[in-house]
Amino acid sequence: MEFFKIKRDIPFMKRALVFNAVSFITFLAAVFFLFQRGLHLSVEFTGGTLMEVSYSQPADLATVRQQIATLGLSDVQVQNFGTARDVMIRMPAVKGQSSAQQSEQVMQALRQADANAQLRRTEFVGPQVGDELAIDGLKALAFVVVGIMIYLAMRFEWKFAVAAIIANLHDVVIILGFFAFFQWEFSLPVLAAVLAVLGYSVNESVVIFDRIRENFRRYRKMDTVQIIDNAITSTISRTIITHGCTQLMVLSMLLFGGATLHYFALALTIGICFGIYSSVFVAAAIAMWLGIRREDLIKHTASKAEGSSDDPNSGAVV
Amino acid sequence: MNRYPIWKYAIILVALWVGSVYTLPNFFGEAPAVQVSAGKSSVKVNADVQARVEAALQAAGLQPDAITSEGASLKVRFDSTEAQLKAKDAIQHALSSDAGQSSYVVALNLLSRSPSWLSALGAAPMYLGLDLRGGVHFMLQVDMDAVLTKKAESLAGDIRTALREKNVRHTGINRVGQTIDIRFRDATMQEAALRVLQDQFADLQATASTDGAEQKLVAVIRPEAARRVQAQAVKQNITTLHNRINELGVAEPVIQQQGVDRIVVQLPGVQDTAKAKDILGRTATLEVRMVDESAEARAAEFGTAAVPFGDERYLDRNGQGVVVKKQVILTGENLTDAQPGFDNQTQEAAVHLTLDAKGSRIFKDVTRENVGKRMAILLFEKGKGEVVTAPVIRGEIGGGRVQISGHMSTVEANDTALLLRAGSLAAPMEIIEERTIGPSLGAENIAKGFDSVTWGFIAVTAFMCVYYMLFGVFSSVALAVNLLLLVAVLSMLQATLTLPGMAAMALVLGMAIDANVLINERVREELRNGAAPQSAIHAGYDRAWATILDSNVTTLIAGLALLAFGSGPVRGFAVVHCLGILTSMFSAVFFSRGLVNLWYGRQKKLKNVSIGTVWRG
Repeated sequence: MEFFKIKRDIPFMKRALVFNAVSFITFLAAVFFLFQRGLHLSVEFTGGTLMEVSYSQPADLATVRQQIATLGLSDVQVQNFGTARDVMIRMPAVKGQSSAQQSEQVMQALRQADANAQLRRTEFVGPQVGDELAIDGLKALAFVVVGIMIYLAMRFEWKFAVAAIIANLHDVVIILGFFAFFQWEFSLPVLAAVLAVLGYSVNESVVIFDRIRENFRRYRKMDTVQIIDNAITSTISRTIITHGCTQLMVLSMLLFGGATLHYFALALTIGICFGIYSSVFVAAAIAMWLGIRREDLIKHTASKAEGSSDDPNSGAVV
Repeated sequence: MNRYPIWKYAIILVALWVGSVYTLPNFFGEAPAVQVSAGKSSVKVNADVQARVEAALQAAGLQPDAITSEGASLKVRFDSTEAQLKAKDAIQHALSSDAGQSSYVVALNLLSRSPSWLSALGAAPMYLGLDLRGGVHFMLQVDMDAVLTKKAESLAGDIRTALREKNVRHTGINRVGQTIDIRFRDATMQEAALRVLQDQFADLQATASTDGAEQKLVAVIRPEAARRVQAQAVKQNITTLHNRINELGVAEPVIQQQGVDRIVVQLPGVQDTAKAKDILGRTATLEVRMVDESAEARAAEFGTAAVPFGDERYLDRNGQGVVVKKQVILTGENLTDAQPGFDNQTQEAAVHLTLDAKGSRIFKDVTRENVGKRMAILLFEKGKGEVVTAPVIRGEIGGGRVQISGHMSTVEANDTALLLRAGSLAAPMEIIEERTIGPSLGAENIAKGFDSVTWGFIAVTAFMCVYYMLFGVFSSVALAVNLLLLVAVLSMLQATLTLPGMAAMALVLGMAIDANVLINERVREELRNGAAPQSAIHAGYDRAWATILDSNVTTLIAGLALLAFGSGPVRGFAVVHCLGILTSMFSAVFFSRGLVNLWYGRQKKLKNVSIGTVWRG
């Protein structure tokens, strides 16, 4: 089986301006929604109490809200979690009252109405922890960005490092934009997914950059645009198959992983889709505009290329 | 050119064997068990205890599946939960026969059903996190400022005693925040006091100053001493938590310090979460202080006048005010035991306290010097003080035996005794993070995680086999080996597996296949360009390797960042993610090459490679 029988290099770079415009507009939209709506942060970040209560029959959210309202707690959110029988309740932290007291109070009220209500999970996070988590998240993001840039600058060249990071940070912002637009819950696992996506889609750009380097070495007569087009064309098959496979796994998580993994899988899905787009259409284009040249790459690896006389493919080049 | 030397195959075989052995325990499941461990450092779980346990079980007519003694605990395995519960009662009864109080912790636990030869190899199933097995997780923050304030308070008391011994007259010693102010009428006394402080209080840094007509010494705790005091306080709190949890009877509690001032407590499998929260969350400390009986203080008791300087007002159980001095005579640190009981005369519920040597001496001195005066016993819970009782001292109390009584119910007496016996906390703590996961939710999470991995795996391997034919089969086998090795490494390291960890497992499998796709695509490309099959395979692996390495390193950087800065669920994800990337490098490149070499490498005149369609443009 073969999905990709591409005879001639696709002139991706001709349309580079259009692709970049598209991603710039998406990026701006994401930033706009991030500022306009903000992220719907989970209890882990905001501090507060979260309870998961399971009923034997589908629960009526309106009555549950009413029961809790009688306790005089304010800003309580009640929603279904996964199934109609599971209810998730989020409450902001109340001063002078421990979460144990709070959750017990709520449970008592709920049990009065329905004796079958069962507390499945509670989570309480103090406000000081929430701030720390947000800071740690940003630190992790900075670490990833700096680490990857240093590695790419060492293995390739700084222009590639900059191009890869810009392309992939734009993925991250777009994922966040989706979460802001749909007001999906942004929790710690989602943060993990976002950072994993960052590593994953950089790896995508790396594959293409690797090919660009190799092409610079092999096809001495091609100009930079042709080389990039050829590199993208010859790797597009693996790009799509790999992402397809990863997406199969993520899809399985989305289908079978339940409500806990739902947003995690969703973040990965968006990340994978935009990862393809950004590494194929955006990263290489940025690298091109930053002015990558044959000399940038060859001087680093010249000795290595010449030295590999046992390379069986030296003759395979047509 | 596509041949592996024998030693490379040997490495593969060893890796597969080790991987299988360490993965195996995960398939046996877990059986209900009762675990006996020492509740105090002075007792040991030895053969003697084992004999008593066996005898108790025999008497109860229970047949255990296995009894294993490992380290400081004894584990008895049963085939049903019913037998487990009966056995727990029987063992508890047998071990606590002496004096009604047990020095052993008897707890319910789950034990791997894997055969003994596996356990002998040190192979154990993966360690499941709380979200998979159910339980309670707490993060507590120790109030470090309070530690220093308390230390300053006790130092102020010590200075008072020291100055009196040396006949240094002062006009007042006060603790202001975390510093101690000492006032004098003249400079000679100030100098004498400074010498005393320098000689006897190495932890303090004193500076002399003049405040109007008065001479003054301001003493602060030295930074290094402050750090030491704080570290000790956290340590003592951990010990105290250990004791309290032992009272609860939890099989494998985790109590760890995190950072400078935080303590993480995890109680897997705890069903009665409310009770656990109650016992842990309560931060009861006991203090003995003198009641101020001056006229102003009496007035302040009824709230009609301001509380005099150096005093504090607390309420007793009936809501009546009691004005006590700030100076603390004794704290819970000097307590060795607390037992619930009844007052001999009034038959009221009471708590009997036993003090240590230092506590007994202080108590004796204080009671002798203050006959006829009132002494208050205060219990501080969650930062709020309450006067349990404030009796009049009738005479000197020696021997270190004290009784607290006063309007307590039997339950209250029991709880108070438990809290006091479990030790006092050196510093107040606050729960800043809490997670409770019901056991049914844990089981469901395991099933969900397992389903995600299984179906994702099936889908990916099915696609690979169809698209790349035999090479796809090799890739799929390599992917299976990756999973095997990952589970083996997780079992070996006993790293905590959580639901995000299972998600990472699925994700890492989806990402690991990338290496094989790269290789297979490269081999196809070489074939398309007209290379001979053998050299196409060789070139495909060689050329893909640099790319695989680069892409894995970048992914690993992200994984390490998560590991370094993540907490809780993120860390669980990161551990599996990083390990999975490492195992995938072995399986996807080294192992799959081995398979290919074994299959194709010996055929000298290889004409065809089964790698799906190779079209020619």
